[in-house]
Amino acid sequence: MILEMKNIRKSFPASAGGTNEVLRDISLSVDKGEVVSIIGPSGSGKSTLLRCATFLETIDGGSITYMDTVAASTDANGRVSYISKNEMKTVKGYFGLVFQQFNLFPHFSVLKNITDAPVKVHGRNAEEVKAEAMELLAAMGLGDKADAYPCQLSGGQQQRVAIARALAMKPEILFFDEPTSALDPELTIEVLKIIRKLAEEHMTMVIVTHEMNFARAVSNRVIFMDGGVIVEQGDPEEVFGNPRQERTRQFLRSYEQ
Amino acid sequence: MEFGTMLETMGSGMLKTIGIFFLTLIGSLPLGVGIMLLRTSKNKVVKSITKAFIAVIRGTPLMLQLLVWYFGPYYLFDWSIRGWRFPGLIIGFVVNYACYFAEIYRGGIESMSVGQYEAAEVLGYTKSQTFFRIILPQVFKRILPSITNEVITLVKDTSLAYTLAYAEVFSIAKQISASQTSFMPFLIAGVFYFIANYAVAFGMERIEKALKYYN
Ligand SMILES: Nc1ncnc2c1ncn2[C@@H]1O[C@H](COP(=O)(O)OP(=O)(O)OP(=O)(O)O)[C@@H](O)[C@H]1O
Ligand SMILES: [Mg+2]
Repeated sequence: MILEMKNIRKSFPASAGGTNEVLRDISLSVDKGEVVSIIGPSGSGKSTLLRCATFLETIDGGSITYMDTVAASTDANGRVSYISKNEMKTVKGYFGLVFQQFNLFPHFSVLKNITDAPVKVHGRNAEEVKAEAMELLAAMGLGDKADAYPCQLSGGQQQRVAIARALAMKPEILFFDEPTSALDPELTIEVLKIIRKLAEEHMTMVIVTHEMNFARAVSNRVIFMDGGVIVEQGDPEEVFGNPRQERTRQFLRSYEQ
Repeated sequence: MEFGTMLETMGSGMLKTIGIFFLTLIGSLPLGVGIMLLRTSKNKVVKSITKAFIAVIRGTPLMLQLLVWYFGPYYLFDWSIRGWRFPGLIIGFVVNYACYFAEIYRGGIESMSVGQYEAAEVLGYTKSQTFFRIILPQVFKRILPSITNEVITLVKDTSLAYTLAYAEVFSIAKQISASQTSFMPFLIAGVFYFIANYAVAFGMERIEKALKYYN
């Protein structure tokens, strides 16, 4: 087991007052080599789930375990506690996140975007990291872009750099939050190709996506979320081909024109 | 008075003007960071006091502030202000410019997208690494044009030192002009300010160009 999220609850203060319960008792575990796709309507809590898993949001209840480290837990009184900053350093090394908006560092060259964190965060040897980064870039089809700056690249190229940046940290698991939603269809294809290649190499991944055909083709498991709960999950052929829940059927129907 | 003598007399004033200029920058650019941190403090009291202070500084004439810094100690505490002219002057300039810079810094930092912070956080950068490696260089580039504006204003503002009868170039020009009934000193002062501004603009443009390699 690489990731185990148990009974996760998360609320935000609602604009009209009160609270908006975005994750209601969600549990998700991911095994090594598994590719899990998460689908669901807008506002169902998919991004929030990834943000809780990557500690960009704090949970209001439940537990998060990476490898054998319990990073967040809830005691009998319902109080949530996270491990110390120092212990968190190790845990943060277990995962990577690819954002919808890429979030590359614009003042760094493509190469530096990839090498900076391994060198400055993990304290690794700069030459060694650079060699690996060049290999990663070649694998992304961007071998000639090492010295370019993000603003000189297309969206699809930027997203591939962002994937390389995440991979350079050698994570155990890689999260994607709608990695192609900001891209034109032609550019979407080149990014999906890379993710598919990673899936074939048995990279452990959790992918939030609106690309249904892609989710069906690459994942070992599909999760359908709605209203902050997991409505249905299972083998992609079953969830897409023969959904058990009416809500899932409705949602999938909205994707057929 | 011969032109050469006039220029020589004014030369000492020019040096003093240049002194005010650099001392103000050296003091206010870093002090601005401190004020910006107080202004964005999580402590509500600290934050509102700083905000009010900035409002007063930006809402009153620098000339008035210089008088307050100079005569304040005497009127408020009955202190002797002998030898206080230059320090009072520099404090007045530094505090005034620091408040403007603080607001520029704050605007620059607030214009950064959260995505930059989040990307850095997920990659495991510490808070200080994130600030110094990721945020600050980008903020610096963004605020450079506003900083340039302030610096150019400062060149001209140094002439306000004449309110405290500090013998910078403008004060001397006024003196010589009165005693010699000549317009020439003002012309010389004008050329001096213009050249100084030109140098500043040229320098800042070079820095801006050097940072053009990314958007
Ligand atoms: N920081 C926040 N503050 C307040 N409410 C938030 C915050 N982040 C998310 N929400 C709310 O939580 C709910 C779930 O949002 P989330 O972004 O997780 O949905 P999503 O499934 O990713 O949707 P989409 O497909 O549009 O990306 C929404 O109602 C949203 O308004
Ligand atoms: Mg989302």
